[in-house]
Amino acid sequence: MPIFPRRAALAIAMSSMLVLGIAGCGDEEPDAGSAAQTSDKKITVYSGRSESLVKPLLEMFTKQTGISVEARYGDTAQMAAQLVEEGNRSPADVFFAQDAGALGAVTKQGLFAVLPADTLNKVPGVYRAAGGEWVGVTGRSRVLVYNSDLVPSEQLPKSVFELTEPAWKGKVGVAPTNGSFQAFVTALRVQHSDARAEQFLTGLGANDPQIRAGNAAIVSDVNSGKIPAGLVNHYYVYELADEKGVSPDTLKARLHFFPNGDTGALVNTAGVGVLKGAADDPDVRVFVDYLLGTEAQTYFADKTFEYPLVSGVAAAPGLPALASLAAPKIDLNDLDTLAATVAMIKKSGLVT
Amino acid sequence: MSAPRAVTYQVRRSAPRPALLAAAAAAVGVALIPLVYLAVRTAEAGWSRIAAELFTVRVAELAGRSLALAAVVTAGCVVLGVGSAFLVTRTDLPARRLFAVLAALPLAVPTYIASFAWVSTVDGFEGFWPAAAVLVLCSYPYVFLPVAAALAGADPAQEEASRSLGRGAWKTFTGVTLRQVRPAVAAGALLVALYVLSDFGAISIVRVETFTRAIFTSLNLGFDRTGALVLATVLVALTALLVTGESLSRRRGARYARVGGAGRPPTTIRLRAMRWPASGALSVVGALALGVPGFSLMRWLADGVSRPGSLVEVAIAAGNSLWVSLAGATLTLLLALPVGLLTARAPGVAATVLDRLAYLSHALPGLVIGLSLVFFGINVAYPLYQTQWLLALAYAALFLPLAVAAVAAAATQAPPVLEEVARSLGRRPLTVFRTVTLPLTLPGIGAGAALVFLTCMKELPATLLLRPTGMDTLATTLWTHTSVAAYAAAAPHAAVLVLLAAVPTWLLATRTGVLAGRDPAGREIG
Repeated sequence: MPIFPRRAALAIAMSSMLVLGIAGCGDEEPDAGSAAQTSDKKITVYSGRSESLVKPLLEMFTKQTGISVEARYGDTAQMAAQLVEEGNRSPADVFFAQDAGALGAVTKQGLFAVLPADTLNKVPGVYRAAGGEWVGVTGRSRVLVYNSDLVPSEQLPKSVFELTEPAWKGKVGVAPTNGSFQAFVTALRVQHSDARAEQFLTGLGANDPQIRAGNAAIVSDVNSGKIPAGLVNHYYVYELADEKGVSPDTLKARLHFFPNGDTGALVNTAGVGVLKGAADDPDVRVFVDYLLGTEAQTYFADKTFEYPLVSGVAAAPGLPALASLAAPKIDLNDLDTLAATVAMIKKSGLVT
Repeated sequence: MSAPRAVTYQVRRSAPRPALLAAAAAAVGVALIPLVYLAVRTAEAGWSRIAAELFTVRVAELAGRSLALAAVVTAGCVVLGVGSAFLVTRTDLPARRLFAVLAALPLAVPTYIASFAWVSTVDGFEGFWPAAAVLVLCSYPYVFLPVAAALAGADPAQEEASRSLGRGAWKTFTGVTLRQVRPAVAAGALLVALYVLSDFGAISIVRVETFTRAIFTSLNLGFDRTGALVLATVLVALTALLVTGESLSRRRGARYARVGGAGRPPTTIRLRAMRWPASGALSVVGALALGVPGFSLMRWLADGVSRPGSLVEVAIAAGNSLWVSLAGATLTLLLALPVGLLTARAPGVAATVLDRLAYLSHALPGLVIGLSLVFFGINVAYPLYQTQWLLALAYAALFLPLAVAAVAAAATQAPPVLEEVARSLGRRPLTVFRTVTLPLTLPGIGAGAALVFLTCMKELPATLLLRPTGMDTLATTLWTHTSVAAYAAAAPHAAVLVLLAAVPTWLLATRTGVLAGRDPAGREIG
């Protein structure tokens, strides 16, 4: 009997791939135009923010408006990739992202509709897309978290650049793969220069930084005294206190807001964008406006300890007011040159 | 009663039946969806972009580190897996059955749970060697299970012949026994190596920069999908390398099957003074692989004040986990059946090519498989998008090789002469398949199903991307809670996940034949 011919086997393998490939490149027209113009009391939200945070809010929303929400939860960056892969056929109406960078990535692919001006105008101009494709919902400040036993308050740095000095060798926790850290590095480049940012990263990398996977790990290690200080977002200390069931001021981990417009005090934002297919869906508008309303803003302030962005809603007790922060004067829309930042972080040796 | 005969069949190179070949090709097509996706996206990136991403020192370093990690973990798993398999099948180790179950159970512990347990228990637990240790402890059952089954089922006649020709116990072990189980060792080792390449749970928590981690970093740090996918193509190349290596290590031609009579129990070696050190060593391994995660879960519960919403939440997630894993395992087995049968019954170029192709996307991280199925769902199978059926298809693409290996092993052990007799008596091929082939291979299919089932339960990244909107499984609720540091709330989900995954694992342990009753006296040598 002849051996089954090699060529036939290859042909079968290739043709099965080809069939899939051709099908994959099929030119089925997306049905973006068929968006509901009238209210069907139903919307689909992709949430890159955690379920434990968002779900109770969605329940409040449904109770108040009668609009039911199908919510899909995931990691913000992976969800942005999913949305881009889905393109115009995405089942999503709204993307609620943890990070302005992810919203920017989806904006760049032209998937978001421009939001109405009266929605955009609810938040200060720095916390929304230049083209109006997304709007910030809450703000978070970068801070230095420090252990009050290990770092006397008079030794706290005036600028984030001091952390590259020998006094801080081996003492600073950094999460270089975290989106917020990366946004901060982009801000360094925007506020100062690429050279200055690179110098900072190299200095930090050479100063024996304590690398962690994320902000929560840094705050936990600072609180337990494993590391004296770390660069994180302001609200993680409150989360830790919540999980331990204690008041934040009983923790060893304390917050230091860098003064005088230092880049170390960058205020970044979580926000929403509306997919083009849902541009005219009245239910989606109600939802976006709800997120920017008093009830939702107060909810975020109480639950996540983030800064509400709409005027008239106070931040969580114990936090300095958003307006009082000496945040650096940076346009968040300038923070979209991620590739260069990533290359710089990789080059610094903070991630290999 | 006469001793069962060991019959050696020379494999006939028969042309495969067209229907079987077509079914096998279609099944492998599913496993190739991710490769088609990678090809499409990589082509879009353009040559200059590809060159800029790939031809860098960093990529070379990452590839080197990934391969080194795979090599170290595989070596560790082979030593631990073969060692414990030998001890529980061939020696008078005390509590052999208990140790056999203990050696299989780590398969029920997802690497992200084990890694988190270690990191929160041992200060400064990070880097290459700690990651290797966790991965060895989680994956050595991949070697233990097939090797234990092979050792328990191997015909003692060859060993007896070796002994009677004057070879000592050690020489017989290395010269005969190890050779008998070499295919089982190689198959297990390949699965371990590919698993290490694809793993994200352990390497992200224990922090070692491998290729998979670089892919996630590209996406999470830069929202750079194209860069991530270009990097992923390197994993396919590394996989091709490993799969080819394993193929070359296989010997072709003869295969062995016993006809009639139950096999005799294999010979037992007296451990004498080594009894207690040996059982002590296995106890330590068990404590490290199972005790540390168990202890850590209990501490999560005790330390925090966050609580799961309710037991209902855990029960619903558990039900969903069982349901999607069952769908995934069933679909994977249906697809694996023609490929496995083709490999066993009509070996040749076509069978080999298809079998090897099924492995190609096995080392891709779940995230890349997930995105490729999003692409497939959106462009090809839109009605299935975000249904459990597309998720089941993703599981099939991820885990097809696990099932193919099980089916092929079972079909190889079932003597083809029975099918030939049935056919010669005038039965139609389909009837032969239903009445002879299927019953003979069913136990092997069951083992493959159990393995795929428990692997589906542990899977996270593809599940997150593809699950129906609003559906939670234990893996996703665990992720939800741990991502906001609510460890106490996460603990029950983790515990239920491990306990449920332990059931199929236990079934796998029983399949090795170690747990079956055996004349305790055995026949002793040494």
